[in-house]
Amino acid sequence: MSSDQVIHLEKVNKWYDDFHVLKDIDLVVHKGQKIVICGPSGSGKSTMIRCINRLEAHQKGTIIVHGTELTNDLKNIDLIRKNVGMVFQQFNLFPHLSVLDNISLAPIWVKKMPKNEAEDIAMSYLEKVKIPEQAQKFPGQLSGGQQQRVAIARSLAMNPDIMLFDEPTSALDPEMIKEVLDVMIQLAEEGMTMLVVTHEMGFAKTVADQMIFMDEGRIVEQASPDEFFNNPKSDRTKLFLSQILNH
Amino acid sequence: MSATTIQIISRSKYYNWLVKNLFSSWVNTILTVIALIFVYQVGSFFLNWAIFDADFRYNFQGELIIDRGFCSKNIMPGEYGACWAIIFARWNQFMYGLYPIEEAWRVNLIYALLPLAIIGILFDKIPFRRYFIYFTFIFPFLAYFMLYGGPGLSVVGTNKWGGLLVTLFLGVTGIGLAFPLSILLALGRRSKMPIIKSLCVVFIEFIRGVPLITLLFTANVMLPLFLPDGVNPDNLLRALVAVTLFQSAYMAEAIRGGLQAIPRGQVEAAQSLGLSYWQTTRKIVLPQALKIAIPPIVNTCIGLFKDTSLVLIIGLFDLLGIGRAALADMTWTKLYYEVYVFISLVFFIFCFGMSRYSLYLEKKLKTDNS
Repeated sequence: MSSDQVIHLEKVNKWYDDFHVLKDIDLVVHKGQKIVICGPSGSGKSTMIRCINRLEAHQKGTIIVHGTELTNDLKNIDLIRKNVGMVFQQFNLFPHLSVLDNISLAPIWVKKMPKNEAEDIAMSYLEKVKIPEQAQKFPGQLSGGQQQRVAIARSLAMNPDIMLFDEPTSALDPEMIKEVLDVMIQLAEEGMTMLVVTHEMGFAKTVADQMIFMDEGRIVEQASPDEFFNNPKSDRTKLFLSQILNH
Repeated sequence: MSATTIQIISRSKYYNWLVKNLFSSWVNTILTVIALIFVYQVGSFFLNWAIFDADFRYNFQGELIIDRGFCSKNIMPGEYGACWAIIFARWNQFMYGLYPIEEAWRVNLIYALLPLAIIGILFDKIPFRRYFIYFTFIFPFLAYFMLYGGPGLSVVGTNKWGGLLVTLFLGVTGIGLAFPLSILLALGRRSKMPIIKSLCVVFIEFIRGVPLITLLFTANVMLPLFLPDGVNPDNLLRALVAVTLFQSAYMAEAIRGGLQAIPRGQVEAAQSLGLSYWQTTRKIVLPQALKIAIPPIVNTCIGLFKDTSLVLIIGLFDLLGIGRAALADMTWTKLYYEVYVFISLVFFIFCFGMSRYSLYLEKKLKTDNS
């Protein structure tokens, strides 16, 4: 395994009872790579990235993140979660905490950082996502786009080297999608390793250096964006692309 | 707009309300009239009985009432109402039981400090809340020392406690001890660890499936069997154990309802940030779940507070027990209405207070979440 491989999935399988969600998934992610994953709903793309920080447990195969294998060992899981940030479709901000507390919570409790230092860091990330003026508000008082940007800042405040995005713009009103994508593009330009589940093909073309198409629990096609959009190999990819690009 | 126009408008507002709600049709009007007559009859009967035609400390001849024979209604049957003298005569017992009267100041002190001990928990936007919360944690030790005694204070055995003291002791301590226990039970019931989960389920379902009276009997008779020889906890402690277990099972179910209302994404977000199970529970899940669960929790507290009166069945003299003892006294016997109305009133004051508090919280939660 070469040193710049940060995520390595080998023959990963997962079942929900009888339903086989992930079938022999193989995936290698190198440091700094941006991978966009698309596919029809129920294809297992969210499940796959949720396995990478163990929000879901896989049943067969190996997942290695930063040289640490994901098993039931809680120590390994904690170690990996500290280095892997995640952004959710529904933002999942903590509604009972202010924006500042949302972001500084994990640095204070997980990294044992002094409160004022954690808040300084929180403010710097709020500036990065361009909403420092919202620090004292509560999530319920923000728009969807602002909430998602806070969620990104919250993940970044743990200083992860890998970011997982699970359909980050799917729950947003159209006019707010851009502000979130802009933050993600900026992050990509800074060299963050990113796995993004999304149907925003414009974003994929700008940012991705690998495209993955999943269907029925398998990786059907993996290619550079150029190949993927102009010369897809599998019929299912062609069909999927025609469906989402032609509307 | 002049003052008179405002008056006219507001008067017509009341008028419109009356017409719309009480006299909108013939049927409605008749029902309104019947209801008013009924309310008037019952209300005036009760007020006459309880206040206007009643004796307090002196009868209609101006004599101090020292036994039931002095009650106006017993001197002139049918002419007079309640004879509250029994409450005055037995006041100390209603408040303290058989607590030595020269030591009653200790109980009064604790009664007076009790509101200060709970105000910090009930309201989150009071000044110096932090100090009130500190006091909340000191209070149980202070109360134990003051009520039971210790260095510098004479010991008053719990067999001398009674009346409101026992009712409040069981109610407040039972609720206070049950609260942390019920959080653990509720979390345990949702745990992924099968043994812990089934222990909690069995405990909760067992306790909820058994009447409190049975638990009280069980605690009274069986607790000594489980303890080493010579350790003989007193009756009040046994009742407290039963009451606490009972309350914790019900409260746990109320809290579980709150836990279930928290979206899974909250836990996932906390986990993805690296927070441990206990950090997630303490910082993310419980603050939200308890907020939702407070109204049902208060409901179970109201239920428990009333249920404490069942302890009279194992020989403890709570408010109701003291009332029955007063009625058994030949000097005062047969003044049932007065005693039971008084006891009802005391229970009502506390339970109505809790009920209003729960309504206040519901309103507050609504505005908080919008």
